[in-house]
Amino acid sequence: MKLPVYLDNNATTPMDPRVLEAMLPYFTEKFGNAASRNHAFGWAAEEGVDYAREQVAQLIGASEKEIIFTSGATEGDNLGIKGVFEMYQDKGNHIITTVTEHKAVLDTCKHLEKQGAKVTYLPVKEDGLIDLKELEAAMTPQTILVCIMYGNNEIGVIQPVKEISAIAHKHGALFMTDGTQAVGKIPVNVDADGIDLMAFTGHKMYGPKGVGALYVRRKNPRVKVTAQMDGGGHERGMRSGTLNVAGIVGFGKAAELCRLEMDTEAKRLAAFRDKLQSSLLELEESYVNGNVEHRLPHVANISFKYVEGEGLMMAMKDLAVSSGSACTSASLEPSYVLKSLGLSDDLAHSSIRYGLGRFTTEEEVDYAIEVTKKAVNHLRDLSPLWEMFKEGIDLDKVEWVEH
Amino acid sequence: MRVYLDNAATTPLDKEVLKAMYEVMDQQFGNPSSIHAHGREVRSIVEKARKTVAGLLKTSPAEIFFTSGGTEADNTAIKCGILDHGIKHAITSKIEHHAVSHTLEALAEEGLIKLSFVDLDERGNINYEQLEELLKSNERSFVSLMHANNEIGTLTDIERVGELCEQYQALFHCDTVQTMGHYTHDLSKLKVHFLVCAAHKLHGPKGVGFLYINHNVKIKPFIYGGAQERNMRGGTENVYGIVGLAKALEIAYADMDEHQKHIQGLKTYMIEQLKAVVPGIQFNGEIDPQKSLYTVLNVSFPPMDMAEMLLFNLDIAGISASGGSACSSGSNIGSHVLNGIGADPNRPAVRFSFSKFNTKEDIDFTIQKIKEIFSATS
Repeated sequence: MKLPVYLDNNATTPMDPRVLEAMLPYFTEKFGNAASRNHAFGWAAEEGVDYAREQVAQLIGASEKEIIFTSGATEGDNLGIKGVFEMYQDKGNHIITTVTEHKAVLDTCKHLEKQGAKVTYLPVKEDGLIDLKELEAAMTPQTILVCIMYGNNEIGVIQPVKEISAIAHKHGALFMTDGTQAVGKIPVNVDADGIDLMAFTGHKMYGPKGVGALYVRRKNPRVKVTAQMDGGGHERGMRSGTLNVAGIVGFGKAAELCRLEMDTEAKRLAAFRDKLQSSLLELEESYVNGNVEHRLPHVANISFKYVEGEGLMMAMKDLAVSSGSACTSASLEPSYVLKSLGLSDDLAHSSIRYGLGRFTTEEEVDYAIEVTKKAVNHLRDLSPLWEMFKEGIDLDKVEWVEH
Repeated sequence: MRVYLDNAATTPLDKEVLKAMYEVMDQQFGNPSSIHAHGREVRSIVEKARKTVAGLLKTSPAEIFFTSGGTEADNTAIKCGILDHGIKHAITSKIEHHAVSHTLEALAEEGLIKLSFVDLDERGNINYEQLEELLKSNERSFVSLMHANNEIGTLTDIERVGELCEQYQALFHCDTVQTMGHYTHDLSKLKVHFLVCAAHKLHGPKGVGFLYINHNVKIKPFIYGGAQERNMRGGTENVYGIVGLAKALEIAYADMDEHQKHIQGLKTYMIEQLKAVVPGIQFNGEIDPQKSLYTVLNVSFPPMDMAEMLLFNLDIAGISASGGSACSSGSNIGSHVLNGIGADPNRPAVRFSFSKFNTKEDIDFTIQKIKEIFSATS
């Protein structure tokens, strides 16, 4: 077993060697610009892109004409939300999203508020799921877009996208979902789920970084987005810029592998995850965050009460895990996702996200269990709070005096 | 034999670049934003690459922002540069790349800016006196002029434009996609606010580039979501792409004089040979080595029947060249660059563009094939 053990597959995944192998020819002999229409180098590159487009489309049950390649999910989220806001401004200016979205969605919405958008940020229940009645109540005739993520990046909960899309459509709004964590891990079908737009990315599904896609529905209804990057008119005018051919080919291969191996992989990882979770819950005062039934198979987010979060991460230095989203992990703020479930700052700080992946072995899971237990027990041994708790003092009722 | 003379569209990846990228792709997969060891290792790789780029351009790493390529960098500079500074007037030319011209046109169509165009002569040189007039007679301007034209190779005196912009407090955005790594850009001296790079034009990978933003200019992000690129550009970094970019620029700077000499030699040789074998041949844009990008040669062939078949015939003969920009090579509306300099639409134009990997044999082969095509049609 190689240390450190990597259980942070929600942040990024290792590239599958088969993906890298598929990419290599496009770094060497097939180096052409896919937009070069006059010669064989251009055609070879275009062929690679076309094939990848089919592979990606197939994974989500879309047609290849509905796939717009981007530099990643963040760009896809930006393009989808800003593009719909600009394209449908005659119809309305209201967007509904949730407080637990990724920053790529939240920050884009905040930016649009300055441009005249009205944004409703739906709260979530204690289990991380939205209340469909609240969604229904938030819909107005001005609502143009409901943007709610498929699977959450920190706690893994899967929102009821079918029901959400039905509500959005009933009120004449489009439904967009950030599929970054769900696509490739669980079956996602744009027709069955009623998805009109969806951003997702290669590097969360064992493909390369720097490449992703925005799905844009072409039929029932035909959805249009205003381009955010102007230029040569690539990607049917929706996203200009020379195509990242090798990256796209890798993304396509990654999508194909996910489609073929998803079922077995999900079962295997769910078993590992359940073992990890039940073992860690043997520790006193430990809790799973988020709904455990509607959850991505490879994710478990667990809080260890009376343990200081940073100390915990340091005590598990050979275990690469995260206390939240990678994109905000440099800040010392507690996770806004966990806080929105009702966790206190302290408890949010002492939570660990375990993200298993294709290359995770049972040995690594066992290691993670052992290391976490040891670290939690050790830190609690040093903790006066833990001592007080063990003595039966209700810490919530203690009045602390400032020194 | 297959000869690739479309290096202005994209260049083959340098083997050394691939090697540098491969090591990262094979060994390092972390997310640079993660605080554990997997993340910290790639974070330092990204920052090392930024330092390399900044060092070569003689500027600070804090001014280099990695993007998904030249188009995103141009869009960021233009949209954010104009809108975040409340600028109402932009000056550009009729022969800019579409990443620039379409972005400016979109802003003008929305009524956000007035757009003025500098006069060009028949070789694509800008009229600097008129540029000064435009700067003088308008409120604070945003100037977007490319360093070298991607279709005809004509160079802009960007030192001079930079001086003028400084004099009139204008913001200067220079699309350097075709010149980055082909000439030195000394940002300790050059007066420019935004400068752009696409790695795949200098034997680096596709899907990655950077935007230089002068430290005196503050803009808001173009892509939101995440604290990456010091809060300027959301999105997980394309780590191997960034590594490839830095390596490509490093190689380009190390061997620049040698490559320039080699490539200019090929271009001069091709000009001489074409003059000798095709009567009535002309060239679009500057061909004077002092005024012209050494990697681009735009040939204006004599009017012929089946002019549109020329590129097709060249491809059949094993020569990959282009009629203009790859980004618009599927369209039939003709080149906006050639229209912009008033080129004769009856004379078929072919852009041959060279790289360090081309040889004299490539040129001889191309000349031979052109000779055959023309003797068959006349």
